[in-house]
Amino acid sequence: MNIINFTPISALTGGLIIGFSVFLFFILNGRMTGISGIASNFLISKNNRIDNLLFLVGLIFGPLIYSYFTSQKIEISITNSLFLLIGGGLLVGLGTKISGGCTSGHGISGIGRFSLRSMIATITFMIVGVLTVLMKNIL
Amino acid sequence: MSKLVSLFCGIIFGIGLVISQMINPAKVLGFLNLFGEWDPSLAFVMIGALIVSSPLFHLFKNKEKPIFSSSFSISNKKEIDKKLIIGSILFGAGWGLAGLCPGPAISSIALLNTSSIIFVIAMFFGFYIAKLS
Repeated sequence: MNIINFTPISALTGGLIIGFSVFLFFILNGRMTGISGIASNFLISKNNRIDNLLFLVGLIFGPLIYSYFTSQKIEISITNSLFLLIGGGLLVGLGTKISGGCTSGHGISGIGRFSLRSMIATITFMIVGVLTVLMKNIL
Repeated sequence: MSKLVSLFCGIIFGIGLVISQMINPAKVLGFLNLFGEWDPSLAFVMIGALIVSSPLFHLFKNKEKPIFSSSFSISNKKEIDKKLIIGSILFGAGWGLAGLCPGPAISSIALLNTSSIIFVIAMFFGFYIAKLS
């Protein structure tokens, strides 16, 4: 194992900001932040539909607002393999809906309130994620 | 007011994803590449988020109601069942394939990147299929 591209300061700073958002959503609206839950409930359920939509709109506007005020261009690199994108997207949608959470719902909100369920979910999807990347590298 | 809060929390969350660079799938795949060239940043994002949210959850957990809503709606599921494990395995596999999880995927729509839009559409199909079954 070699450690590369490690950005601890920006990672921690961004994490603190995400934690603040999660706390506000809890104390003001009484809800736990889980993006898969917010997105899938927006699609499926009538409850809180406008709230969920607005959260998703905010999620998209966040990067635009950041770019506007800092004049920084956000660079990302994503695969353009249709197989990985469609297969990955389907699995992420299915899996998070079946297990009831994703990196935010289980990994932050769930672990934050010491839910054993969420700890087990997080450990599971991290191990499988690591194994999947390992397989991709081998094949 | 709760609607304004939802929008605001989404914006703050999205800004956190940009600053932490988790909006970039290459960073996420770097974290999952534990046996290759490893980038531990994602762990620091989770630690940062937990340092803020966890003590505050516990400080206010006995509060009667939230400020802009009539009650807290928080899952009290405890059982570790097959659905939790199978779902997490499927999610982990998808996460490792594309390097995207729901938050960064939706946030990156802002960059009008075709790949992230395709991923998000497939993810919504996944939600729908899970709901049907």
